[in-house]
Amino acid sequence: MARLMTNLYDVSKCTACRGCLVACKDSNQLPAVMEPFKGNYATHEDTNGNTYTLIRFIEHEDPVDGVRWNFLKYQCMHCLDAECMKVCPKKAYRKTEWGATIHDEDKCIGCQYCTYACPFGIPKYRTRTDTVTKCTLCYERVEEGLKPACVRTCPSGALTFGYRDELLQQAEARVKFLRANGFPRATIYGKLELGSGTNKIYVLTDTPDKFNLPVDPKVSANTWVWQDWIKPYAGWLIPVALGASAVSFVTNRLINKGDDHAKGGHE
Amino acid sequence: MSPAFGRGVMTNHIVDLKNTDVALIMGSNAAENHPITMKWLGEAKRVRGAKIIHVDPRYTRTSVISDLYAPMRSGTDIAFLGGMINYIIQNNLYHKEYVLAYTNASYLIADGYDFKDGLFSGYDAAKRTYDNKTWDYQYEADGTTVLKDPTLTNPRCAFQLMAKHFSRYDIDSVCKITGTPKNKYLEVLKLYTSTGAPNKCGTIMYAMGITQHTVGSQNVKSFANVQLLLGNMGRPGGGVNALRGENNVQGATDMALLFHIIPGYIDSPMNNAANKDLVSYLKAVTPGAAKLPAANMDEFRAAVAAGIPNSGYKVNTSKWVVSLLKSWWGDACTKNNDFAFHYMPKRDAAKNYSHIAMFEAMYKKEIDGLFVMGSNPVVGGPNANKEQTAMCNLKWLVSVDLWLNETAEFWTYEGWERPEKNGKVEQRNPKNIDTEVFFLPACAVYEKEGTAAQTGRWVQYRWKGAEPVGESKSDLWIVDELAKGIKKLYANSTLPQDEPLKNMTWGYGHGEEPEPIAVGLELSGFTVADKKPIASGFGSLKDDGSTACGNWVYCGQMATKPDGSLLYKPMNRDNKDNSKTGLGLYSNWGWAWPVNRRIVYNRCSVQPDGVTAWPGDDARVLIKWDATKVSDPLKPEVVGSWVGDDVCDCVKTAPPDKAVPFLMRPEGTGCFFAAKASFKEGPFPEHYEPWESPQKNLMNKQEFNPAIKVWEPEKQGKVEEYPFVGTTYRVVEHWQTGALTRNLPWLAELMPNMFVEISEELGRLRKIENGDNVIVSTTRGDIEAVACVTKRIKPYIVDGKEVHMVGALWQYGFKGYATGDPANRLTPHVGDANTMIPEYKAWLCDIRRA
Repeated sequence: MARLMTNLYDVSKCTACRGCLVACKDSNQLPAVMEPFKGNYATHEDTNGNTYTLIRFIEHEDPVDGVRWNFLKYQCMHCLDAECMKVCPKKAYRKTEWGATIHDEDKCIGCQYCTYACPFGIPKYRTRTDTVTKCTLCYERVEEGLKPACVRTCPSGALTFGYRDELLQQAEARVKFLRANGFPRATIYGKLELGSGTNKIYVLTDTPDKFNLPVDPKVSANTWVWQDWIKPYAGWLIPVALGASAVSFVTNRLINKGDDHAKGGHE
Repeated sequence: MSPAFGRGVMTNHIVDLKNTDVALIMGSNAAENHPITMKWLGEAKRVRGAKIIHVDPRYTRTSVISDLYAPMRSGTDIAFLGGMINYIIQNNLYHKEYVLAYTNASYLIADGYDFKDGLFSGYDAAKRTYDNKTWDYQYEADGTTVLKDPTLTNPRCAFQLMAKHFSRYDIDSVCKITGTPKNKYLEVLKLYTSTGAPNKCGTIMYAMGITQHTVGSQNVKSFANVQLLLGNMGRPGGGVNALRGENNVQGATDMALLFHIIPGYIDSPMNNAANKDLVSYLKAVTPGAAKLPAANMDEFRAAVAAGIPNSGYKVNTSKWVVSLLKSWWGDACTKNNDFAFHYMPKRDAAKNYSHIAMFEAMYKKEIDGLFVMGSNPVVGGPNANKEQTAMCNLKWLVSVDLWLNETAEFWTYEGWERPEKNGKVEQRNPKNIDTEVFFLPACAVYEKEGTAAQTGRWVQYRWKGAEPVGESKSDLWIVDELAKGIKKLYANSTLPQDEPLKNMTWGYGHGEEPEPIAVGLELSGFTVADKKPIASGFGSLKDDGSTACGNWVYCGQMATKPDGSLLYKPMNRDNKDNSKTGLGLYSNWGWAWPVNRRIVYNRCSVQPDGVTAWPGDDARVLIKWDATKVSDPLKPEVVGSWVGDDVCDCVKTAPPDKAVPFLMRPEGTGCFFAAKASFKEGPFPEHYEPWESPQKNLMNKQEFNPAIKVWEPEKQGKVEEYPFVGTTYRVVEHWQTGALTRNLPWLAELMPNMFVEISEELGRLRKIENGDNVIVSTTRGDIEAVACVTKRIKPYIVDGKEVHMVGALWQYGFKGYATGDPANRLTPHVGDANTMIPEYKAWLCDIRRA
């Protein structure tokens, strides 16, 4: 296996300017998704078929630290042992040699199994193409020797791209520095999560729960729910509840998708 | 800043933030509005272990990256900083050698100067103005040599008067006014004043949160006093750093896009006897020259050559003015016609031409036409309801913009269609508005060429990245066509009043598109005889008509290459740091005015002897005196020169005891006491409440700044009806009035709606929940918005009472993808006493559920 290459995201340097969101849309030529402002700077409820990455804005308050406003860029974590790959009936997912999890839209039948299996709830169904989409780690750019679009645009240096082993060393040094400078609970996320870790490394200034990240995504993979995000998405839980229906839903898709393509697709 | 240091500019530059030990960000949300500063502050944290302090009414994205956040009620900056000045003096934390050598602390102040009940000596209550003749120094019998007390103990010295003035700003009194928790205030004081140690430098970063107040100029002066006391001026990692609100605001003010100056920060002439001819005008604008007997230019020139006491480097003003006239009127500007001074437009001495005044005049139908370029007053102007109504009185309006913004289509204003929601706006019917609107589509920044002067005075050339869309044109093309068209109309006129237009030099290139480099050459200056650029800078300008220069501060940005072609230094792109100690000067990247000096007042980066670094601070020395060096090979007899990585901010060959650190000041020093006409409201900053405030002034008997002009006394909101403090600000997702960003879907989706921020406590008080629609009202108007109820805003405990704040984004309007009511429908028509910058940041309002 080639040396793994990954993104390091250091929340202590992130100012939530959201340049990465725009760079992502530009690079992937994704349309804007207008959702009304509802009281949180994040505006979008969650990633969607046309939005691969978002910044989460989370307010905390406690008597010791006072108010803290935590930012978290989130997108596909490119898990080294990826659940989406395992559940996909059409093998639309593959891993590049350097660790990116790539989803092939041509193979995708839109069954959305992966969207339920993902411990981070990242892949999303996109109606206009009848496929699932997600962050690609800009593998085409990377394989041309460029950095991912989000990394290239980051003005504050919160995002860096490089070899995973080197970035892990940097991350450990940074966590040590942060712990000595006002963030005693600073930690690395993505090093060992899900057993083998993810191909996105986070430096967090506090425990993962303070960023609405699953503290142990492996254990809670099937049961863990994003409290803040579950309600508006009750709709997509229905197929889960109706397990048998879901199977037939998928089976039907498997049978019908070929016909659709023969007819010239959906669009 | 000019009254304290001599120039009103960001003293250091963006990259230099990495050299700081402590950064005080106050009145600025730098993370949102100047994201790149975060990169260099991050570097300072990582490499130097620097600390960042954020003082702001709200906990913002900037607070997140800070080590220490302290809240403060909007409009109480002088109380906050006055307390810091008092703390520094009371605890002997000031940098003594620095204060003695580089400031006017030791100057004795005239006996008539006094301060009582919030008023300085000389106040005229009927006119709301001061007679400033007692705001002066004590002089020896010659009338020009200032008396000083180097022991700083004389009760009439500037230092002791300052100590007395601010002694009332004790910690408890300050916190009672600002609402800052005492422990947080103490933490800020301790951390920031630690930079008074000779081996430490602290930087102050500020923006519109400081300037957009009725006491905006004095807010900045408070910073200046703090920095002079702590010895943080003229040194890497220090400075008073104004973060400009747009990328070319520095360039705009340099080019005099203000009503009271001509290019290069020289007061513009007025239509009175003091400006009747060139010599009279020069006597009025050259410090110390008012009483010179000179009756003509030859005599004036001789007086300048002989030296004018208490004039500073501005003794050279005549050279800048005459060179400017020469660049404007070329051959028609000669010794025999007073260098065409009579061509210069003169402003009415009794009138004010600032933004507020202009719209008040428009409202009174005194103005027929308006050109709006890159501006959107229907969203960005204060009291936007009134300003929009005023525009209905125009005969014509020209709007130059990328999109048909709210100003270009002001007559479609939906506020008139739903009076139930905006009852305070005067009703107009589009059918009855006779204003003829011309819209000229403009290129975006990437579709045109030219320079922009960024916040740190770096002038950088920008090449074209894409072809313009449709028929859109660059600003330069539009202005060029306009000027050529006007000149053509007047070409055959024989009337004397048309001569200024007829004889105005105009010619920037030969083709269809004007050439920015031709403009650059005129700004930089050239010798009239051979049209060769004056590469050596403004020291070579003359007042005899032999040199022409469109803006003396830009002089020297153009040179000649060995092959004879022009070298336009803003095009320089060498990204190697030329500083031997890694200070990040990057002197060969772009060009910084003045004369490519990266950090102004850098004489202060060494001790008074000119050779010794401040103890423990060798790496931050910018220049040194070399007693053996010959700086000009043509003058080998002049031995001794300042050398170093930056361009010295003193006379290059002046020995250390003569090389004054603040040469643009008549005193040659930094000024705690701002003498004479420096400020309209006094030589020291004093706390006054905003024009609309929920709180009586606890510091003195004046409620609001006694020197401001009150335009609409009947519109002053009262706390009984409008109990909450209102303020306005931006978010990183939108730029200025949003005319650009609200039309770009990828940015519109990030902040799609107008919202206001309130505390959870205020939410409970008014039964407003996060995400509710609310109405915010002032005496000027009402707006609708989404409520963002947040932990990041807390009520301030002011004099024992809870005071709440409503924070509103001002970037929305009724055009584009992201729309919402402009917050400026709420803001008042009242401004700073000196600059007339509107008070956008503190006013009274009420809020309720929609």
